[in-house]
Amino acid sequence: MHPAPSVIVFTVASGAGYGLLATLALLAAFGAILPSLWLGLVGFGLALGLITAGLLSSTLHLGHPERAWRAFSQWRSSWLSREGVAAVATYLPAGLLALLFTFFDPGRGTLAVLGLLTAAGAIATVFCTAMIYRSLKPIHAWCNHWTVPGYLALAAATGLALAFAVLGAFGDAAAGPVGIAAIVALAAAWWVKRSYWAFLEVVPGASTPETATGLGRIGKVRLLDPPHTGENFVTKEMGFRIARKHAGRLRVIAVIGGIVLPAAFVVIALATAQPLHSLAGAIAAVLALAGALVERWLFFAEAKHTAMLYYGATRA
Amino acid sequence: MTSYTTPTKRLGLVIDLDTCVGCHACAVNCKEWNAGGHSAPLTDLDPYGPNATGVWFNRVHSFEAGEGRAGRTVNFPRSCLHCDEPECVTVCPTGASYKRAEDGIVLVNPDTCIGCKLCSWACPYGAREYDEDEGVMKKCTLCVDRIYNETIPEPDRVPACVSTCPAHARHFGDLGDPDSAVSRLVAERGGYDLMPELGYRPVNKYLPPRPGKPAPPVQPAEPATEGLSGFLGWVDRMLSR
Repeated sequence: MHPAPSVIVFTVASGAGYGLLATLALLAAFGAILPSLWLGLVGFGLALGLITAGLLSSTLHLGHPERAWRAFSQWRSSWLSREGVAAVATYLPAGLLALLFTFFDPGRGTLAVLGLLTAAGAIATVFCTAMIYRSLKPIHAWCNHWTVPGYLALAAATGLALAFAVLGAFGDAAAGPVGIAAIVALAAAWWVKRSYWAFLEVVPGASTPETATGLGRIGKVRLLDPPHTGENFVTKEMGFRIARKHAGRLRVIAVIGGIVLPAAFVVIALATAQPLHSLAGAIAAVLALAGALVERWLFFAEAKHTAMLYYGATRA
Repeated sequence: MTSYTTPTKRLGLVIDLDTCVGCHACAVNCKEWNAGGHSAPLTDLDPYGPNATGVWFNRVHSFEAGEGRAGRTVNFPRSCLHCDEPECVTVCPTGASYKRAEDGIVLVNPDTCIGCKLCSWACPYGAREYDEDEGVMKKCTLCVDRIYNETIPEPDRVPACVSTCPAHARHFGDLGDPDSAVSRLVAERGGYDLMPELGYRPVNKYLPPRPGKPAPPVQPAEPATEGLSGFLGWVDRMLSR
């Protein structure tokens, strides 16, 4: 599948933003962070900024962005529509929580209710994003039980790494537990991605050129002549191919750069005092985000669509 | 519109892979009709340049199946199958993509399509093509503007691809009616679904190539000339140089 930059930026930025939002909302809900102007501005500002930038980025690949509002209508059947509804619905408690946390101190009860609602909305939105891909039967690399854990784990890992960087910079007492949670989430992301890649190696998609043409009754099927000598929308959109050796190297880069090194920098940050504490935390967050971008690019580039079985692909 | 019911009338095509000669006339006449039809225009980009691309609803592939004498070359027209379980319709976030209750034709409303392309990802058959110029998704309409068109002579009220096929390899009709000509043809010839494992339940059916004639007996090898002597041997040696 063609790795469209707008969709990669959207899923990574909004995933990290919702991860950070859920972390801060839960901390606020349980009183682990206390309302404060600067933590509110920077923390919730960064979370809502990433989410908003991601959602706006997602409209860039639309043929008619001015009609994007129509996408809220089909939530009964479309995961894309559900994602839009969940994203907008999450803005309500999240915006209120950010406002009250930053400028007022509404008390524990209000923070708890808004915090839990915000965290639930954030998790639901990332779940809907993952389900868009999970539900596409023609794409075996997406339509499997690793897609949803992959999106949730990476959102948690990048979000917690960002939360650790922000809380570390403020010298907040919650930074320690959040740092340990970030390491756990990074380890979980590593395990999920490793299992996902192993799954792709072992379990092939159900469709073949034989089932796509129905000519398997005669024997093995291969393309003799394509319908046209140039490209068309289908070959450009679904026919992206990545060299196997590059995929292998990029997987290593994603794991080392996006999981192992960020975890190491979180450990360094936990073991050191300021200013090294803040610096290492910031490096961990940036690396985790960069690694997630590589992972998400691979998620698209490595996925094969059954339509390419009509254009000479032997597996989908 | 995103939800749909499986209609009793299921209009579709039956494509005979035994008689298709791979001439692309169906694809060309489809382009010709639809460039001015329901989903017009079918934009071409760089049409006279080195990287010409454009929107087509029908593409004709050629495959080889099997090995040696048992092998066959099969021409394979591919277009929207107007599935009974069209996930291109259910994934659409705006309801622009819909399946008609009255005849099962799957269409796109170009006034509400946002051009997110998700429907093209959800179609296993690569049937949908995005019009970059117009920013909306386009697809086979089963010539909805021909088949009900009372201003053209009745024999012409079939999809453009069907009317133009010189090999009579394309048939149009109601596959929801077990007594229709197309349903009987499917039953008689063992018509089948493409990628049945994905569960989209396509309405269009493909008729398999008929079994080939038995292979002709192997011709005996050329009589050996080696070892000829005399004049013929000399001629053989001269001609073999």
